[in-house]
Parts: sequence; C-alpha cells; structure tokens
Amino acid sequence: MLLISCPYCGVERPEIEFRHAGEAHIARPAEPSKLTDEEWAEYLYMRTNPKGLMAERWRHTHGCGRFFNAIRDTVSDKFVTVYKMGEAKPDLDQLLVEAAQ
Amino acid sequence: MPGVPKRRLDLWLRPGKKGRQRQMSRFNFWELAKNALSAHENWGRQWRAPEPKGEYDVVIIGAGGHGLATAYYLAKEHGVTNVAVLEKGWLGGGNTGRNTTIVRSNYLWEESEGLYDHAMDLWQNLSQELNYNVMYSARGVMMLAHTIHDVQVFKRHVYANRLAGVQNEWLTAEEAKEYCPPLNISKNMRYPVLGAALQRKAGVARHDAVAWGYARGADKYGVDIIQNCAVTGIRRGADGAVEGVETSRGFIRAKKIGVVAAGHTTTVMDMAGVRMPLESYPLQALVSEPVKPCFPCVVMSNTIHAYMSQSDKGELVIGAGTDQYISYSQTGGLQIPAHTIEAICELFPMFRRMRMLRNWGGTVDVTPDRSPIIGKTPVPGLFVNCGWGTGGFKATPGSGHVFAHTLAKGEPHPINAPFTLDRYRTGRLIDEAAAAAVAH
Ligand SMILES: Cc1cc2nc3c(=O)[nH]c(=O)nc-3n(C[C@H](O)[C@H](O)[C@H](O)COP(=O)(O)OP(=O)(O)OC[C@H]3O[C@@H](n4cnc5c(N)ncnc54)[C@H](O)[C@@H]3O)c2cc1C
Ligand SMILES: [Zn+2]
Repeated sequence: MLLISCPYCGVERPEIEFRHAGEAHIARPAEPSKLTDEEWAEYLYMRTNPKGLMAERWRHTHGCGRFFNAIRDTVSDKFVTVYKMGEAKPDLDQLLVEAAQ
Repeated sequence: MPGVPKRRLDLWLRPGKKGRQRQMSRFNFWELAKNALSAHENWGRQWRAPEPKGEYDVVIIGAGGHGLATAYYLAKEHGVTNVAVLEKGWLGGGNTGRNTTIVRSNYLWEESEGLYDHAMDLWQNLSQELNYNVMYSARGVMMLAHTIHDVQVFKRHVYANRLAGVQNEWLTAEEAKEYCPPLNISKNMRYPVLGAALQRKAGVARHDAVAWGYARGADKYGVDIIQNCAVTGIRRGADGAVEGVETSRGFIRAKKIGVVAAGHTTTVMDMAGVRMPLESYPLQALVSEPVKPCFPCVVMSNTIHAYMSQSDKGELVIGAGTDQYISYSQTGGLQIPAHTIEAICELFPMFRRMRMLRNWGGTVDVTPDRSPIIGKTPVPGLFVNCGWGTGGFKATPGSGHVFAHTLAKGEPHPINAPFTLDRYRTGRLIDEAAAAAVAH
C-alpha cells in the first residue's frame, strides 16, 4: 500500500484514505462550443499514461477531503513531490536531473 | 557433452535451416511412445531462437498471446511469412502468463458479441488446430448478482446475448448453488447471492500453452520470434509512413508494424507520435496451495471484486481488482487481494483455512469504454491491437485472427471494423464497463 503525504494536512497517511483522480493539469476547454471533434477526443480520452514521472491528482477523501497534485514515478511507485491545487506543475526534466544526483 | 552419445532423434528434431519449411515433430501417441524410450530427454526445441533479419514484411511488437496469434494467422491464412515478432522479455511473460485464464463471450453490445464469440468459436478446436493442448475446459462461468441492480444488468445481458445467439442464461440462487455446491447462498451474507448469469461453454484454458502453441505454430511457418529484443523507436519516412523499428538488437526495416504491447502500448505508440486513450493499471491475482478437485466451475462476482476457479494442478486461481493508480510496476497494494480474499471467504466458507501460495500483478491497458482498439492508426503502415485491459485472454484467438486480416489487407475484418481508434473522435464508443467484470 502506498504512503501518501497530503499537502494540506501535512501528514503521511496510508493509501486507503485517498482516491486517485487521474492525470493532473488537463484544462477544461475555455470555449467548449468552439472545439473540433479531435479536440474533444483529446480532452476527454487521450492520456499521457507515462512510464516514469507522472503528474496526477489525488483526493484525501477520508481526511481533509481536498484534491491535490502529486508527481510519482510509475515504475517504482515512489512519490517525488506533492503540491497544492493551483500551484504550477513542476518541471519534470528538472526533477529527473535532481533525482539522478 | 562428453559421455553422452549423440542421439539421432535429437538431430532429427533440431530446427532446419532458415527459409525452408521446418521439420518439426507433431505431438501424437507415436511420438510420445518413441520419446518415452529415451526417458523424454530428447524432445526437440519447439521454436527457433533466430537472429533478426534486416527486413520483414511485418514486424509485430510484443510476443504475448495476441501478437503470436496474429503472426500465426498471418502466415497460415494470408501466406505472409516474412514476419518477426519482437519481444523485450520472454514470450508469454506479460499479461498472457499472468492472467486468471477465464474464457467467455457474454458481453453486452453486438460489436463485442461478434468479437468475443468469434474467439469462442476458435477456442473449440484450438488444441487440434495447433496440435498443442491448450487445455480449454468448458466448465461454465457463473457471474453472481448481489443487488437488485446486478439482477437487472445481468438479465439485460442474458436477453441481449440470446437475441444475438450467444449462450447465456439466468439462474436463481438455488440453481446457482446446484451448479456450484461450495457457494454460500445464505440470506445472512453482507451481499447475498440473488441469482447468477451462466455461460455453460465458457471456462478456462492454460495461458502459457496458448502462447507456446501459437509460437510453435508461427515458427513452423517461418515466422521469426525474437526474444530479448526491446523496441526503442519507430522510424518514419518523409511521407510519414513507417520504415522500421529501432531495437536493442539494431534497426529492423519493416513495411508494416503491428503494436500488440498491452500495458506498454502508450510507450510504444509515443515512439510514433500517436496519442492513445489508454491508462495502464496494476491488476493482481493469486493462487492457493493445491488441493483435490473441489470447485467445478468459474465463479465471478463483479460487485464484491472476486473471481475464482480451480486449476488442473489443484490450486485455487483467484483474481482481484485493479489498483487505483497508473503503474508499470507489475505489483500492487496488498489491500486489493486482501479485500478479494474476504469476499471469497464469505462466498465459499469451506476455503477459509486455505493458505495462499503466490500473488503477482500484470500491467493492463484500460480504454475509456473498456473495449479494445484493433485497427489502423493515423500513421501509414502502423497498426495497433490494444486496450484489452483486464479481459483480453479470452479473445486471444479471435483477436489474432482479425488483426492478421487487418495487417495483411490493410483494412479491418468486418468483426473488428467497429473497434477503431477513431471511435473516440466520432463518439461511437462500445461501452462494456458492466460486462468487463473487474472493477477499475
Ligand atoms: C492478473 C490478471 C488477470 C487477468 N485475468 C483475465 C481473465 O481471467 N480472462 C481474460 O480474458 N483476461 C484476463 N486478463 C487480461 C489478459 O491477460 C490480457 O488482456 C491479455 O493477456 C493481453 O494479451 P497480449 O498478448 O495483448 O499482452 P501481453 O501478454 O502482455 O503481451 C505484450 C507483450 O509486449 C511486450 N512488449 C511491451 N513493450 C515492448 C517493447 N517496447 N518491445 C518489445 N516488446 C514489448 C511485453 O513484454 C509483453 O510480453 C488478466 C490480466 C491480469 C494481469
Ligand atoms: Zn488532507
């Protein structure tokens, strides 16, 4: 079971307190009526599904109840960092360089 | 080896030179008797371990059951024999060798009924077709209903299936217990059994044997199966069409490429710049210590996340649900199988004291509508067969058969025509979330 840090509660808790909520930073279309079918498919269905670092959303369902973002390595399942909603996505290439040091 | 006499039989069984039709032993009573005389030490290799050639008509990425079946039918039904199947690990070591081997075809929509029942037809005679015992056992798959909602959904499936000529029937709880005596149908359970949908000709098959049988069959037609050969890039020409694949064993030119890489499909398609509607999740299974035959069929429970059968070795083969996060680790959290075991103990109290032997995970590629993608891609010469998620073993023969057609003709077979990548743009999804039977 994963151990996950909630950036709002500031504590590390077991995975069963959380719900995974999919890939992070997928922006809702600003003008939905202007979207082509291709753009809708991209927004609704296409996913990065990376093997390596992934930006993803979690919800601390059985804690504070809030959504937050995390960077996790999908090969080792290790969390690299967690951050609050609205904060910018970290530079994944930079994180990789730091991890290598 | 010094001291060991060179046996003529061994020479005879050794693979022939490339390009020639290989001389390979058929499994039959005569061969068995002959090999018994030398204590079964001289059965030959079942397939070659060839060096990659510089160029192939078709390169298939991924030697799971689906990729190997594709190669077999390409050679056998379409005469396309200049084919390589490239595998980064060992053949059948992906989800093919990790699944719980349930074979059934009672999906909801006509498109799926066509696809899965096509596979069901091929299962019937597959051991004879491949001259390899895939141990297909039509012992029946029973899917339990625990809530009013389950009852309504399963009855809808039964009616839809029967209209389409696909076997499926509704059983009361008592009839379900008659079919599977270890089943607990007490009214006091947290999720009592309200009834079940039964497909009698559904059952199980030996997963490894399916991969090995197709590998042996494809090799016989001259297909090169190249293990320990990871595809690291897809090279495209100025016109955008595929030229070949970069691999850990060098560049291999290819006129057509078929990607059959299950959980790694996104990674491979990224190499060609094609975005996919896939997410890769861990899916776990476990087996118990072996016991005498005591469990006659396959029982699945969607609602409480457990399914089980007994292998011919005697182990209970138990499938759990997917973990909630994307992962390529081929492992998952212990709470997932623990939850499944709780459900198994409630459904089948007689197994409460069984010990579990092994637990493992695979990486399953899940689509938004829980149906596979089999067909062309926006890149000329690049084809994909993926998205089988938690339930593609059952489709292995049918999937390989229609994908071989697609690769050979450049156009889909009528059976896989609806399963395009383009359906996520047009909106013609084939939603099998209810029939897929594993909670994602
Ligand atoms: C625990 C578990 C239980 C399951 N239970 C069932 C069940 O009861 N019934 C059912 O119908 N289905 C079940 N499934 C699903 C089923 O196993 C899969 O849908 C099916 O086996 C997929 O077959 P495949 O040949 O497409 O994939 P795989 O067997 O995974 O083959 C893909 C191959 O591609 C290779 N590959 C990937 N990337 C590369 C690369 N870059 N270069 C070269 N090779 C590469 C991999 O190494 C792998 O061998 C289960 C799956 C799991 C994990
Ligand atoms: Zn919290």
